[in-house]
Amino acid sequence: MRALGKYVAAALVTGVLGVGAMPAATMAGEIGPKVPIDKSKGSCVLPGKEMRRVHMDILKHRRDLTMYQGIRGGKQALEACLTCHMVKDEKTGKPVTVASPKHFCRVCHDFAAVQPDCWTCHKSVPEAAVREAMIGPDGKMKASMMAQLRAFVQREHGGRK
Amino acid sequence: MMDQGARDKTASGQEVSREDELNEARRAFMRNIAAASVISLGGGLTLFTVGGSQAQAKKPEEPLDPKKRWGMLIDTTKCSDGCQKCVDACKQENGWEAEPHSPHDVQWIRKVNVKDPATGFMMSLPVMCQHCANPPCVDVCPTGASMQRADGIVRVNMHICIGCRYCMMACPYKARSFVHEDIPEEKKRFHAPMGKGCVTSCDFCAHRVDAGKIPACAEACPEGAMLFGDLNDPNSALSKRLKGIPSYQIREDLGTDTGIRYTRLP
Repeated sequence: MRALGKYVAAALVTGVLGVGAMPAATMAGEIGPKVPIDKSKGSCVLPGKEMRRVHMDILKHRRDLTMYQGIRGGKQALEACLTCHMVKDEKTGKPVTVASPKHFCRVCHDFAAVQPDCWTCHKSVPEAAVREAMIGPDGKMKASMMAQLRAFVQREHGGRK
Repeated sequence: MMDQGARDKTASGQEVSREDELNEARRAFMRNIAAASVISLGGGLTLFTVGGSQAQAKKPEEPLDPKKRWGMLIDTTKCSDGCQKCVDACKQENGWEAEPHSPHDVQWIRKVNVKDPATGFMMSLPVMCQHCANPPCVDVCPTGASMQRADGIVRVNMHICIGCRYCMMACPYKARSFVHEDIPEEKKRFHAPMGKGCVTSCDFCAHRVDAGKIPACAEACPEGAMLFGDLNDPNSALSKRLKGIPSYQIREDLGTDTGIRYTRLP
């Protein structure tokens, strides 16, 4: 009888721990704010989890491609980021600039207390006429771009995903 | 300075040549439109035939063609004092503002009036980054921010510019300027970012050139005085024109081999 009680107690403890651990595990995936994205424009360059880790490298890689090789457009273009992640002001209906804490960069960066230096020079809202060249004619990222990006991510982050 | 007789001759023969050049400018414009429309279709495979010899356009995801060297011929006989259209177009396109002769405002292109004190002959010409083949600004840059693209366009990589302004001192054309103040969000241009603490200059509208268009100044010139094209392509309109007439570089003696050439420079 006493032994049974032990088992029950043990089971209870595990159960409680198990139940306790469950929400903690779910929350671990969602720690930090959610980045606003308009999924109707297609999926992001990479899944959100990976973007959180490598977005700065993608931006930097892309910036050098544009500076030195004149490669523009496509999903990796900064303008494409700003277009899909655009947040509109509830009152005015205009896209918010980085001056607003609702801007998608600031949503996370304020939380992480990391200040990006991009917006001292770059415009933080997409220009009115977004070039059609941004995304391929089928609404998806062009295959050549995707391959390039995959190779880059594999090379830079293959070992520590 | 040219003598009076030489100028009269040019002036008398000008009627025909101006018509020819206008036609050539129109043809170039049509070629650009054709190339651009093909790009927007997402095809691009036929690009090298569409533009004829011009073939300016590259697909957006393609790297630069190092065989090209972009250049420009500016016909000062067509450039009039007081006309600021090229400057205004550049301001509009690239989002900078400057008072004339301001010592601290950003300027990418400016109109310069020159006068021969001996004869009183005056002329007006636009001066911007000359896109040298041997750019002194690139030589002196301590960080590699001042750079030359494979297609000959000289520009500042503001991501690594530390704002030392050495390139401004090195440039014989006073083409570069320093951004002294923060640029407010509404004045920024998406494709021409610039910000406080960096040096900036004309980049030949690289974003337009990459999309197969001509620079904003050349497009805006009502006289067609600015002819943009590929110096390395012997069949480009620019090369053909340069072959036919004498053209000069500013401070040719420095050996910078500028991409921008002028006709009728004093």
